[in-house]
Amino acid sequence: MFTVEAKEQLDNIVKKYPTKRAALLPALWLAQEQYDGWLPPEALREVAGYLEMPPAEVEGVATFYTMYNKEKIGKFHIEVCHNIACMVRGADALIDQIGEKLGIGKGETTPDGKFTLSGAECLGACANAPCMMIGAKYFEDLTPEKVDAIVEEYKKK
Amino acid sequence: MSEQPQILFKYRNVENYNNIDVYMKHEGYAAARKALQMEPDAVIEEIKASGLRGRGGAGFPTHIKWNGIPKNWDKPHYLVINADEGEPGTAKDRELMNKMPHLLVEGCIIAARAIRSNRCYIYIRGEYMEPGQSVRKAIQEAYDKGFLGKNIQGSGFDLDIHVHMGAGSYECGEESALMSSLMGERGMPRHKPPSAPLPVISGVWDSPTIVNNVETVATAAPILNMGGAAYGKIGSGRSLGTKLFTVSGHVNKPANYEFVLGTPIREILETAGGPLNGKPLKFFIPGGSSTPLFPATDKFLDLPLDYETMMANGSMLGSGGLMFFDEGVSVPALMTRLMHFYAHESCGKCTPCREGTNWLTKIHDRIMAGGGRHEDIDLLLDICNNIGGRSFCALGDAAAMPIQGALKYFRHEYEALIPDRSLSSRIYAPLPVAAG
Ligand SMILES: Cc1cc2nc3c(=O)[nH]c(=O)nc-3n(C[C@H](O)[C@H](O)[C@H](O)COP(=O)(O)O)c2cc1C
Ligand code: SF4
Ligand code: FES
Repeated sequence: MFTVEAKEQLDNIVKKYPTKRAALLPALWLAQEQYDGWLPPEALREVAGYLEMPPAEVEGVATFYTMYNKEKIGKFHIEVCHNIACMVRGADALIDQIGEKLGIGKGETTPDGKFTLSGAECLGACANAPCMMIGAKYFEDLTPEKVDAIVEEYKKK
Repeated sequence: MSEQPQILFKYRNVENYNNIDVYMKHEGYAAARKALQMEPDAVIEEIKASGLRGRGGAGFPTHIKWNGIPKNWDKPHYLVINADEGEPGTAKDRELMNKMPHLLVEGCIIAARAIRSNRCYIYIRGEYMEPGQSVRKAIQEAYDKGFLGKNIQGSGFDLDIHVHMGAGSYECGEESALMSSLMGERGMPRHKPPSAPLPVISGVWDSPTIVNNVETVATAAPILNMGGAAYGKIGSGRSLGTKLFTVSGHVNKPANYEFVLGTPIREILETAGGPLNGKPLKFFIPGGSSTPLFPATDKFLDLPLDYETMMANGSMLGSGGLMFFDEGVSVPALMTRLMHFYAHESCGKCTPCREGTNWLTKIHDRIMAGGGRHEDIDLLLDICNNIGGRSFCALGDAAAMPIQGALKYFRHEYEALIPDRSLSSRIYAPLPVAAG
């Protein structure tokens, strides 16, 4: 359920656009925040109800975009860029390293639900390759040592 | 090395340049004030004199776009900033938004004034939460100082700017897909001429719309400050002014750099610290992953990096993502990774791209796995020819062109991966007809 504050936020977002429908992407972002990092069916229904749209249409939009999670993912989503500028600066080895450390492969979540590991497309940090993001935070100019320290730090969180 | 005037990056190293007070101490908002006192068409004239072309990839002359908005239009129309920056190899708009967000906000005021628009949306890719916050903060500061909102600086001109976050889709950088996404739809491209009018006539919400890249608009402020004609004296031919280049891959100092258009590629390589650890380079990609590669030979390293020269040599200036690769990199392996990217990002609207990118990926996968067939190389070229010019938007071409470039110069690397060529051609030869 959306909190009262979230609903107020949504009201303000809708005012920024000439149509209610245009608030769909920001509304889905807000819903994902409200629902613990993913979009369960009730979140989609709630957004649909608020924006007066057919739920199927909301779902169609949500599934188009990769950053809306249709399944529950780990508390910390580690996304390592595997596109070409990072690939040639050692991205694949980093993914293997993190996977080994956490005991999971690309696209998997640790049994305790703490980490999900994914490969990502170009994150726009090519001059600081290799790079990754955890949640919304970027980590750049990575080395095996740096990655080790970062994962250890997040394990404690 | 030639002198490199720093125009966008002039104050790059000034501390707290993202703060409006600091920004204003360094020529900040002087150009916006100027624009607000000018007639909109006079602003467009300055841009025309500067020769500015779109920095988002296609290089379309900016003043022509701006002039396309109907002059007597009194209903709402829109300025939309493309901050989707998804082209692999490109990281310049992120630095602009993180470190110099007011250049973008000021550019928006100038562009909006020129096209008489009171509403601007900045569409930022979903991963760019931090640049998004940075731009939001800058917008708020501009409102507080009276550079946004109603009756800006007493000029009678109103402007509101909103940030709109994307949610993970390369295709949303394509301008008509971006407009769909802004309206709350899936990020698929919209109909274009001849079946539908241009965005400048009917874009978002069926209203006239301009879509411009972050860097394009950010350049407007320095242009007004120095004068369009002075800016247009930099560079040569139809490649005028400076441009940001993201230099990445196997170089010692990968970073964003500002160079005069037409600077020799070798000079850029040297500024970026030369080949990583001195290891010889094999090839480079001039303008982001969609632009065909060149071998790193003297002939190509000596080329000036500008719109015309890249085009004349079968590639493109693109978004300015210059990537260098050393001799340890396998061209087919790199292309395999790229094809997975394009197949993943194809929006699925049209068949040549949806099916074609899948096939390009499958064939690359089998070549890499050692199961390549003798005829696979021609099949790749055939598929590329079927995508090129036949797909609904430029993503199809963007997937096909790199393969064409790779096979033009490095066909032998593909051939070397295809195991027993005589055996494979025997298997696929027509079966003998049984006697009787
Ligand atoms: C698949 C695809 C992705 C694109 N991505 C971007 C992008 O991320 N940023 C951008 O500015 N232009 C991108 N473009 C180009 C835009 O369609 C458009 O040409 C540009 O935003 C126009 O702005 P400009 O004239 O200022 O360059 C992309 C084009 C295609 C076909
Ligand atoms: S070329 Fe066709 S399928 Fe590919 S992204 Fe464009 S519209 Fe979608
Ligand atoms: S390729 Fe990894 S950030 Fe661009």
